[in-house]
Amino acid sequence: MKTFTYRTATALDDGLEPGATFLAGGTNLVDLMKLGVATPEVLVDVTKLPLDEVTDLPDGGLRIGAGVRNSDLAAHPRVRRDYPVLSQAVLAGASGQLRNMATTGGNLLQRTRCRYFMDATMPCNKHSPGSGCPARSGDHRNLAILGGSSSCIATHPSDMAVALTALDAVVQVSGPAGARSFPLGDLYLLPGETPHREFTLEHGELITAVDLPGGSGSSAYRKVRDRASYAFAVGSVAAVLTVAEGTVTDVRLAFGAVAPKPWRAHAAEEALRGRPATRESFLAAADAELAAAEPLRDNAFKITLIRNLVASVLEGLS
Amino acid sequence: MTATSERAVGQPLRRIEGPDKVTGAARYAAEYQVGDDLAYGWVAQSPVAGGTLTGVTVDPLVEADDVLAVLWHGNAPRLAEGDDPELAVLQSDRISYRGQALALVVARTLEAARAAAASLQLSIDPSPADTVLSFARDDLYTPEKVNPDFPSETSTGDVSAAFDAAPVRVDVTYSTPALHNSPMEPHATTALWEGDELVLYDSNQHPPGVAATLATLFELPPERVHVITEHVGGGFGSKGTARPNAVLAAMAARVTGRPVRLALPRQALFSMVGHRTPTIQQLRLGATPDGKLTAIDHLAVAHTSRLFEFAEQTAVTTRHLYEAPAVRTGHRLARLDMPTPRWMRAPGEAPGMVGLECAMDELAIALSLDPIELRVRNASSSLLTDCLRHGADRFGWHDRDPRPRQRRDGDWWIGTGVASATYPAMVQPSTARARRLSTGDYEVSIAAADLGTGARTVLTQIAADALDVPHDRVRVRIGDSTLPFASVAGGSSGTASWGWAVTGACRALRDSGGSDEATFDSSDLVEQLNQEGKHAYGAHFAEVRVDAVTGEVRVTRLYGLYAAGRILNPRTARSQFIGGMTMGMGMALHEEGVLDPNVGTWVNHDLAEYHVPTHADIESITAEWLDDAGEGQNPMGSKGIGEIGIVGSPAAIVNAVWHATGVRVRDLPVRLDKLLPHL
Repeated sequence: MKTFTYRTATALDDGLEPGATFLAGGTNLVDLMKLGVATPEVLVDVTKLPLDEVTDLPDGGLRIGAGVRNSDLAAHPRVRRDYPVLSQAVLAGASGQLRNMATTGGNLLQRTRCRYFMDATMPCNKHSPGSGCPARSGDHRNLAILGGSSSCIATHPSDMAVALTALDAVVQVSGPAGARSFPLGDLYLLPGETPHREFTLEHGELITAVDLPGGSGSSAYRKVRDRASYAFAVGSVAAVLTVAEGTVTDVRLAFGAVAPKPWRAHAAEEALRGRPATRESFLAAADAELAAAEPLRDNAFKITLIRNLVASVLEGLS
Repeated sequence: MTATSERAVGQPLRRIEGPDKVTGAARYAAEYQVGDDLAYGWVAQSPVAGGTLTGVTVDPLVEADDVLAVLWHGNAPRLAEGDDPELAVLQSDRISYRGQALALVVARTLEAARAAAASLQLSIDPSPADTVLSFARDDLYTPEKVNPDFPSETSTGDVSAAFDAAPVRVDVTYSTPALHNSPMEPHATTALWEGDELVLYDSNQHPPGVAATLATLFELPPERVHVITEHVGGGFGSKGTARPNAVLAAMAARVTGRPVRLALPRQALFSMVGHRTPTIQQLRLGATPDGKLTAIDHLAVAHTSRLFEFAEQTAVTTRHLYEAPAVRTGHRLARLDMPTPRWMRAPGEAPGMVGLECAMDELAIALSLDPIELRVRNASSSLLTDCLRHGADRFGWHDRDPRPRQRRDGDWWIGTGVASATYPAMVQPSTARARRLSTGDYEVSIAAADLGTGARTVLTQIAADALDVPHDRVRVRIGDSTLPFASVAGGSSGTASWGWAVTGACRALRDSGGSDEATFDSSDLVEQLNQEGKHAYGAHFAEVRVDAVTGEVRVTRLYGLYAAGRILNPRTARSQFIGGMTMGMGMALHEEGVLDPNVGTWVNHDLAEYHVPTHADIESITAEWLDDAGEGQNPMGSKGIGEIGIVGSPAAIVNAVWHATGVRVRDLPVRLDKLLPHL
């Protein structure tokens, strides 16, 4: 691990010196530092900032502080009652010990588990821009079928972020240029030719909270993995569904482990809205989204997997 | 006169060192305090799979006060020639695999060593690497012997003719991936020189063997190397002999004049300490319509390295498990630019029985015969028959619908599968010493290693009975090469071998008429023993669920019934059995070294990416044994139990997946993406 200095942030406007990185739960960043993949010069610990509350919003929604631990988020009564998709997604991730450390903001900003990215001795356009991507011809069974590029096919590994994407979450950010907010989907950049640029945050900008709108439909998260626990997803679906008299009146769908970001399935939603809540409609909606998939040698199974999951999860909700 | 005490053997004694381990008092190789000038080593590994190392440059900015030495073949001390080329570390410019140790940084702190190792400039002339095993390679060759000393090929009868003439035939190819031992405690050594004596605190399965190897390499009289191995956090075969960490630490300690600690990082274990070779196995079985085997043909392909030949004995079990008039087995190897494979729990038996026992299942289907019945009709041992029959009763096999894809519970397809198990019952020469202490207690010493299996505890029980005293009056000393010679903790032979020596020493002391010390060497007795054809047997049963939506596999029940001689400690024995079965489940469903031929190595090299089973993967796991099923050839009547749990259990699960879904997966592990297209 490269030598670094450490300090504790005492106020939101503390600022962030060049070469510095915010540290929250550390469940991903510290691993990457041990692996030599992340080499910050300064760590600024934000876990002492007052960002660990879950509060009701006037519109019936919920504000989740960026410092709220995954365990606390999953167990929160309002999350369990009104946003089961979120509680389920958080509990599907990591282990009890990791969830006790990991935070809401940090979870959103975690890095890919692509095996080449995680190994500093390998070429990787993300950790060493311009060095190439061995994954396209090498190991890519668990990499992207949607949103990738010739430079990078990494997947975003979060479960929680997939649920938040389906819940139309809004990210609150503070930084040197003041506070701003934007839909969660706008936090992430697709790799294109610059896969080392993953987030739209400017240096020094800190996620302070995630807002959920009120009044969701019924919701669920289904994660598929190679072993029963303590494994990242090979595919997941978060769904929020409202059905009236057999017709889909509102639906929000997001896919995990298939794209460089939590993948909001807009095409599927559009194909489903106003349609009968039947397995046929659900499959057609999945197909509408997955038509854009560009599978490689070993990850085409994700198309079948997501298609099956969409139908199964929506059938369960309708 | 001594009152006869309750016999200790057979009691479910808890592990003696258990409290030390859970309280952190137990010390492992990298935890010994050895003075205040301890230095730390970090290995720089090859980033290429083949080539020549022409130079190593140290960044002067990094080479600060904290760095004590940077060793590579250009400046490392010369080692004498040993019999393991993997241990000739830093002796040559030749790069034989990705991950090979090319340089060692020694520094005052671990952090400094690691940082300096990362910044070394390695000048390398790379050469193309060849890393992919396949049946189609034109350079496959037949080794002279396979491990440990079996003929590579055997043949009885005219197999080709018998197979061609068989009314019912199966001709299938199964493959198993590279597997990694991945013990919890990484390989680690703390080395120091006391004058011209070398002291190693080292994590291994054979302290006297490691001492002998280091003595050879450093040209020392064997008695000047002292290996201390008090506790070991697992080995699964990968610590059976000295590994490069021991040699590098000793070398660094000599160069720097300080004690040196070298603990390999998790990632390095995947290339530097051995692995189970991938295998490709062609199985051809012929049978009469009533299920008598007429032909068995098993050809196994494996890889070895450029450094030396390691020939896994994949097809050896096929030579004896079932009877047939025509049996042929053979092995082929490819020399690849890969690390040398080594032993991993049940080497040979574990992968070989995937091929044989899955092929037997396919034959049973072709015959429309119950897979247990097929095995019973051809079993070479009545112990195997007993395990299959009684196991079927206890597992609840009899109401099974033989047709696949019949049981469904919601989205889950449910199925059951069976496979035979066997493992050789081996004994090796060992020596033990028993002493009567002034306190009236007894000390029993042998240079054995306890890998976490409970060896120390079981030896205590054996000694107590042989001395005819309660077990709490016996103190067993192990884990030190200066104690009387012990054989390796491997081949499921530790308890049989060491227990024999311990029994002998304790009986000798008891019968000595007042002597305070007795030593017993079992060599002569073991050499007179005919060990050929002596095996433990078992049967494995699995019930699995396969999700029709996702292809996910969950094992709801895994059951093993064993005929493994006398069980000396039911608590630690059960742990051994279910540990093996769990590892078998990993082999069937999870574990896989994922090779990228372009970079020339496995790309999943930590425990986040190399999956072993979790508790949630299995709902019920049970091991039982037959008490009256024959005894082993040693004074305790035991047979080895450390490996048989992983033999056949993978096949039982693969066969159950077929029964659940009708999908036959012939390349392990059975992952969801291989099932999903067919569900």
